[in-house]
Amino acid sequence: MAKLKRIKISDYFCYLIVGAVMIGSFIVAQTGNLPRSYSNLLVQVAYSIILAVSLNLVVGFLGELSLGHAGFMCVGAYMGSYLAMQLSAVVDNKLIVLIVSMLAGGLLAAFFGLLVGLPALRLKGDYLAIVTLAFGEIVRTIFKNMSVFGKAMGLSTQSIKYDTRQDTSLYLVSFATVLVVLFLVQNLVRSKHGRAITAIRDNEIAAKAMGINVTFYKLFVFVIAAFFAGMAGVIYGHYTTPVLYSFFSYNYSIEILVMVVLGGMASINGSIIAAALITFINFQLQSHLSGDLAALKYLIYALILIVLVIFNNAPKLAPIKDKVSPKAMFEKIRAHKRKPGDIRGDKSDWRVIPTKIRMDEVLSVDLQQGNDYTPDKPNKGGN
Amino acid sequence: MSEVVLKTENLGISFGGLKAVDNVNIEIKRKQLYGLVGPNGAGKTTVFNLLTGVYQPTTGCFYLNGEKLTGKTQEQINHKGIARTFQNIRLFNNMSVIRNVLVGLHNQPEFKCNPFVSLLRLPRHFKVEKAMRERAKEILRIFDLEDERNNLACNLPYGKQRKLEIARALATNPKLLLLDEPAAGMNPHETEDLMNIIRRIRDEFDLTILLIEHDMKFVSGLCDEITVLNFGTVLAQGKTEDALNDPEVIKAYIGE
Ligand SMILES: Nc1ncnc2c1ncn2[C@@H]1O[C@H](COP(=O)(O)OP(=O)(O)OP(=O)(O)O)[C@@H](O)[C@H]1O
Ligand SMILES: [Mg+2]
Repeated sequence: MAKLKRIKISDYFCYLIVGAVMIGSFIVAQTGNLPRSYSNLLVQVAYSIILAVSLNLVVGFLGELSLGHAGFMCVGAYMGSYLAMQLSAVVDNKLIVLIVSMLAGGLLAAFFGLLVGLPALRLKGDYLAIVTLAFGEIVRTIFKNMSVFGKAMGLSTQSIKYDTRQDTSLYLVSFATVLVVLFLVQNLVRSKHGRAITAIRDNEIAAKAMGINVTFYKLFVFVIAAFFAGMAGVIYGHYTTPVLYSFFSYNYSIEILVMVVLGGMASINGSIIAAALITFINFQLQSHLSGDLAALKYLIYALILIVLVIFNNAPKLAPIKDKVSPKAMFEKIRAHKRKPGDIRGDKSDWRVIPTKIRMDEVLSVDLQQGNDYTPDKPNKGGN
Repeated sequence: MSEVVLKTENLGISFGGLKAVDNVNIEIKRKQLYGLVGPNGAGKTTVFNLLTGVYQPTTGCFYLNGEKLTGKTQEQINHKGIARTFQNIRLFNNMSVIRNVLVGLHNQPEFKCNPFVSLLRLPRHFKVEKAMRERAKEILRIFDLEDERNNLACNLPYGKQRKLEIARALATNPKLLLLDEPAAGMNPHETEDLMNIIRRIRDEFDLTILLIEHDMKFVSGLCDEITVLNFGTVLAQGKTEDALNDPEVIKAYIGE
């Protein structure tokens, strides 16, 4: 190549923040000053990021609504952890056990993704949302009733659980996994395949007419997302015990969806920040509200969410947000470097993208009619 | 010479009781510019939808270069060599101009790249990506859209959006190009320009073009043969001059 392409910080922003948190906390941990609970928080943040980024592939990039992401995590958590327990009896190295079970858990979840997606994605409309919703509930009920997985007591993962108080390696591995997932996801969306996927979201009829294999790409994205969710589940299984069916409820799927919506459709950086933020808020509420106050957790959590969503969407606040958001800062840096004749970089369309899904309807947040929301023009079939 | 590229045999479709297209027989020869005209609701767009697999015909069938394509999916038909534009523009609005064309290039054999190769960013990914961009720019140059390549498609003026749709369809390397009212909403200057572009791509890409248009000057300026539809049936067919001067056609347009 004649000249090197200019490197844009914003393209690497996600690796930078994740890497910085990972290395920073590692250094603090070496000095022995990392508060115990924080290594727990870090693991939670890590698997939340994986979940949010992978769901964003389906919802933000592909434009299909999935309400059962926790179900795929559930498959990974139960089956991957079970495998890890069997494996740890034979293999001594904990890291190898973790990595192998993570891959296996991911593959199993991906297989379930294929089973669910194959019929559901061929249909038009909201079928995927309904089917994934049902899948999430069915799958955890099945695990609840299987004696191998401890029935209603849950799968006890004591033998493979990392004691995060002494052993920091779990959050290091988790964050390394986050980096790998980010690498793969970023590569996917910035390739010709990512282009095909966003084309399907933008205009499925035109994508078909251009010969894009719509069914293949929908299934591909869905299966990959399930794979990552399965991996997140295995991390979860190594972090806590027992793995309990009640954790993977519909509420949790919605919580992941909230991370995606809050962070912005098709914004990977946004998903990372929102996942970290929501996990942090949850974590703080959980650890500070005890006894009688514990019931307040849900109220406060809901209030914070409402405020965040409104703040994120309020048209009046847009100018302030434009000044302080990282995206705006990158834009400023870029505008500064740009010669007067230049036009907007064509990478820009990876970021601000409305989808055909009416998110506020899904989440029942009735927002004021803003100018920032532009639904697809109603497509009359035919022409 | 003059081999038949598209041939339809008794092509028809009914929606409920309405025969939107009925017994249409068309033969289009290689490199021909062929027109499909008729009053509003005559079934012209429906013919396009049949030829691209959006609808399956209830009667009859059609052939591309002798190969029967009836029953195939939209994707398969595109791979076989039929590309189209839409009457109400359907661009990928949130993507840049060049990306729209790149999506059109997606299935070209020389740009094949396994998804897992892209996932891991192997060298082939970069090679393909670069070659695709080069090709996309070449196509945009024909339509005089190269300078707009980094703008969002939805920010283009109407006439350029129409041209971009043709560019995107051309990127799929079709044998037969279907244009649904390509000059609609264009000013006379743009229309003139478009006529030249259509002739040019026909020659450069060895294309056969079937177009729907209401602007009769445009049709008679470009097409040597046309089919006139009315209420789904063929009213007249043949040399443009003759067909347009057919008393039946004049009656259909002016009304009783
Ligand atoms: N999917 C459908 N279901 C029912 N009727 C349809 C459908 N598609 C088209 N039609 C009907 O078929 C007839 C022909 O429509 P078509 O869009 O092909 O007309 P057209 O010749 O393209 O007209 P125009 O010049 O206005 O674009 C119309 O009466 C229309 O209502
Ligand atoms: Mg029409």
